[in-house]
Amino acid sequence: MELTRQEEAALKGEKGETLELAFRILVATGEAFNAERLIPIKWAHLSGVNYNTIGDAGEEFLSKLSQDAKVATRTTLNPMGFDIDNVSNYNLNENFLEKQQSIKDSYERMGVVPSFSCIPYEIFDLPEKGTQVSFAETNAAIYANSIGHLKTNKESAFSALASALTGKSPYSDLRKDDSPNLTIRIKIENPNEMTFGMLGYFAGKIAGSSVSISGVKNLNKRSCKSLCGGMGTSGTCGKFVLDDDEKSEKVDFDEKELQKIHDELNTSDSGDLITLGSPQLGLDEISDLASMLKNKSFKKRCMVFCPRVVQQQARKLTYANELERAGCEILSDCCTCLTPLIDKKDVDSVITNSIKGAYYLKNSNGVGVNLKPLSKIIQDETK
Amino acid sequence: MTIKTIVKGTAKGIVMKTSSPINFLGAVDKKTGFIRDENHDLFQKSIKDVVLVFPHGIGSSVGAYTIFSLKSNNSAPLAMVCKKADLTTVSGCALANIPLIIITKEEFDSLENGIEIEIDSDSQNKL
Repeated sequence: MELTRQEEAALKGEKGETLELAFRILVATGEAFNAERLIPIKWAHLSGVNYNTIGDAGEEFLSKLSQDAKVATRTTLNPMGFDIDNVSNYNLNENFLEKQQSIKDSYERMGVVPSFSCIPYEIFDLPEKGTQVSFAETNAAIYANSIGHLKTNKESAFSALASALTGKSPYSDLRKDDSPNLTIRIKIENPNEMTFGMLGYFAGKIAGSSVSISGVKNLNKRSCKSLCGGMGTSGTCGKFVLDDDEKSEKVDFDEKELQKIHDELNTSDSGDLITLGSPQLGLDEISDLASMLKNKSFKKRCMVFCPRVVQQQARKLTYANELERAGCEILSDCCTCLTPLIDKKDVDSVITNSIKGAYYLKNSNGVGVNLKPLSKIIQDETK
Repeated sequence: MTIKTIVKGTAKGIVMKTSSPINFLGAVDKKTGFIRDENHDLFQKSIKDVVLVFPHGIGSSVGAYTIFSLKSNNSAPLAMVCKKADLTTVSGCALANIPLIIITKEEFDSLENGIEIEIDSDSQNKL
């Protein structure tokens, strides 16, 4: 990869340890993906915020880094491990709270916008079509490329951090024009959001960096986010195109494939509590949920995850009150995925409609998962 | 030369090979290096101090922190060998200074589980 004289100097450490580290990551990733050069990016979205996932090593790394590091471009942030407003309702120990606070402080010291959301594409204005960004959150990268007309690779926590600190990223893969060479044909009648989540999970497993999907009608926001979340979990695919490319190889996604994924991720017939929001819910999903819950209330605990700014809007528009009346606990700044708020000491199994959530609840939290679409959750679990 | 060095270094150890991709965040315990995804063929094995041979990483972008944590907790593989580069593995290894090389499909297929190999990114042979 060709570096400018300035970039070369930074890599050699002439501009300090922070930039040396950032360029070490950019050069390794650039070499790995045969990039010829680095290009400017306009927005970085970072993952690696939740103490539950990055641990002591991550906390110490960020604390040290933030002593002198500053972001060089607009940078936003994924969810962390708790919601400060209701943290006392959950059994988080002092150590967790202290370390999570330290991580939050480190990012803020570096000049990062404390958005704590995995759906930056719903709460910030998107830059103009074709803009190069650097999104680490997988569902956000897939959404940005597929729906948002932006360009990003499916960045890792460190490659996006390196982009944030330098304002650059290697020019490779999805940043160039990458057209899919595989088409998945959906062969399922009346798909719901879980069908799309499983389609994403299926596509992620078999596709390269991008994929065509044919036979999709009426991909609403809930299904679209479910698709992005599922796809991000299972593979390296970072973009989908709703199209049937005649020249490409074809694979069918049918009831049999659907059942296989369902059997892999659905590990329980029922659940002790319900979680909604992985990815976090946006305002239109909150409004939908409020109308679905009219005159009903949950028989079990139901945790609803949404960005802080969405919760504030939902309060003004009274949706939040309606959800709380129906028994929902609304949580911001955190997410179903990898939450420390669900502990296998207290919970055996969780009901959710999220494929991404199911994967991590099962593998990281170690609890059982009962997968059901939202309509069925409301039918079965409310009175 | 078909072997491509991504993160330089030397390592000598036993090959632990899997044909399944690895989701570092979901499937690996960052303190001990044990694989905890029961659907993975390395389930209940530890990737500590082995030469980890796998097709590529998948899933959450935070997996890069898992790789860094494994190194900080002295539970990391000595080196990693992949068939395809992915950003999580590449950036995690770059930050944690874990040697990483990319090999071809044929070379990948010919590497056997349990044998001892030596990786030296600066030498002619590399493997």
